[in-house]
Amino acid sequence: MARIDLVDLAHSYGGNDAAPESFALKPVTMIWRQGGAYALLGPSGCGKTTLLNLISGIVTPSRGKILFDGADITPLSTQKRNIAQVFQFPVIYDTMTVGQNLAFPLQNRGVPKAEVEARVRQIADLLDLTFYLDRKATRLTADAKQKISLGRGLVRSDVAAVLFDEPLTVIDPELKWQLRSKLKALHRELDLTMIYVTHDQTEALTFADTVVVMHDGRVVQSGTPAELFDKPAHTFVGYFIGSPGMNIVPAAVSGHEARIDGHIIGLHRNYGVLPAGAKIEIGVRPEFVNIAAPASGLLSATIERIDDLGRARFARVRIGDAKFAARVPPGFSVPDNMVGLVFDPAHVHVYADSRLVEGVA
Amino acid sequence: MDKIVNQKAWFLVLPVFAVVAFSAILPLMTVVNYSMQDTFGNNQFFWNGVGWFKELLDPSTDLGGRFLASLGRNLLFSAIILAIEVPLGIVVALSMPREGWTVAVCLVILALPLLIPWNVVGTIWQIFGRPDIGLLGYALNSLGFDYNYVSNEFDAWATVIVMDVWHWTSLVALLCYAGLKSIPDAYYQAAQIDGASRWAVFKAIQLPKMNRVLLIAVLLRFMDSFMIYTEPFVVTGGGPGNSTTFVSIELVKIALGQFDLGKAAALSLVYNLIILIVCWVFYTVMTNVGTERPEKKGAA
Repeated sequence: MARIDLVDLAHSYGGNDAAPESFALKPVTMIWRQGGAYALLGPSGCGKTTLLNLISGIVTPSRGKILFDGADITPLSTQKRNIAQVFQFPVIYDTMTVGQNLAFPLQNRGVPKAEVEARVRQIADLLDLTFYLDRKATRLTADAKQKISLGRGLVRSDVAAVLFDEPLTVIDPELKWQLRSKLKALHRELDLTMIYVTHDQTEALTFADTVVVMHDGRVVQSGTPAELFDKPAHTFVGYFIGSPGMNIVPAAVSGHEARIDGHIIGLHRNYGVLPAGAKIEIGVRPEFVNIAAPASGLLSATIERIDDLGRARFARVRIGDAKFAARVPPGFSVPDNMVGLVFDPAHVHVYADSRLVEGVA
Repeated sequence: MDKIVNQKAWFLVLPVFAVVAFSAILPLMTVVNYSMQDTFGNNQFFWNGVGWFKELLDPSTDLGGRFLASLGRNLLFSAIILAIEVPLGIVVALSMPREGWTVAVCLVILALPLLIPWNVVGTIWQIFGRPDIGLLGYALNSLGFDYNYVSNEFDAWATVIVMDVWHWTSLVALLCYAGLKSIPDAYYQAAQIDGASRWAVFKAIQLPKMNRVLLIAVLLRFMDSFMIYTEPFVVTGGGPGNSTTFVSIELVKIALGQFDLGKAAALSLVYNLIILIVCWVFYTVMTNVGTERPEKKGAA
């Protein structure tokens, strides 16, 4: 168990001399709390697995340092780092039983036999594997095998962190839910730092207390699920998280007002000086824009279609050329072509070159 | 849907029938026919029933004694070959580089002995081991070892075995290397994370993942060494005495040396049968390993 610090950590598979833009992981500095449940979220190729492999030591960083509780472990091998990792596809030692598979990481470290047995029992109980302990692991189904992989990751009590690299990819959707909540429960029970890599926002948001969103080799935001939803620090976070994603529309912003197509939208905060020459956009989640009957004073839009998601209905509309999504208030009967849009000013954010601009209250 | 009947397909199969009949069935039947008869030349044959087979399995007769002795030598030879070549092949495969230009170099070097014709291999070692002009023989004798494969049984065996190891270990190594290459990186990474030692990685990952190629290697090496003829014949000619006379050498002596076609036919049928049985056993084992079905819905 340890606090993990990443100091200016960066990696390029092409070596340190590669162009900065080609780095798989651009320099990042951050702190992972002991006992936290983190998710690394991002699309494929955003560098999240690279970051994970850097922490576990499978990949050696081109630049920067990794500290466990303040001690620099960057040059240490994976074995010496005291890390557990669960991979995307189940890794099973074919010749061993389920119990021997679970005991393997402990035996390799010379843990006393009685302790090994107790710990294996505990983990097997938590993962519902007790029944299979004496069976050969090769004969089980893919999801049982993945549970064994998870178990091997969790079996050591002294690890600095447990890393999960999209561990539920091979699992059936129904079981995914069960296993994910199981992991969450295990996290509470075992008090281990867990880092969970995924490209699935539901998985990230349900598992983690802190979600780290990555995009193009950069960490764009790290925060609680609520923060990511309410106040995305980057337009990428805005539309990657949430379904439908955040509306991002180019606008002219000055003071308390944003202008779209000459129409004025009121803002909650005051935006005095914006960076000159930057691309200015406003972002607002569909949940905070209601459609209404067209009226003067409302920004008008053309209806394209209505998506009924069950819990809510969203209207896909167009403002000029820009696509836009907005909530349909319950009971509102949608007119055929034109609607007005009602914004909630507290949830309209301003972005300069894709980054959030903090206004002044 | 109506089934289209087209008997023309038989014409496509017919050539194969003809070829197989002339290349396999007819010669085999000739051998079966010979094995039941005795001949004194002049194309005169006398019916002998299963007499040769009885003699063959009876060590007190000349034929039986020679056959069983050479069979014993042959089994011992195969056992020694397997005991050396399989572990050695694994070690070679494990120590080969996994990527980079050195891979190609290693593969070519390993493949070289496999490309040399068998009688050339025999000739190479026959000369290599000669105490008067051979590099190996001369060096050993200069170092004080009394090495002479022509007069000493142990030296003859050692030479034949070392020659076979030199010739065929590459095959085992290449098969194992292919098996090793097919193991996904994740296994090694997981083992690293689980803190496995080099030995534990070998035992828990590499060996189990190699077991199918190893079975193929064992099968091939067993059959080849059990049927070995050319190399020991060129090097030792079956001697000194009969000490390196393997079954195939004995067979050729009886068939072509003494022209005892009946005895030779009976011997070759039994020889063939042994190889078939061993192949069948290996094949059965091979196809059953690793095909266990996963149980329905494991720990859900």
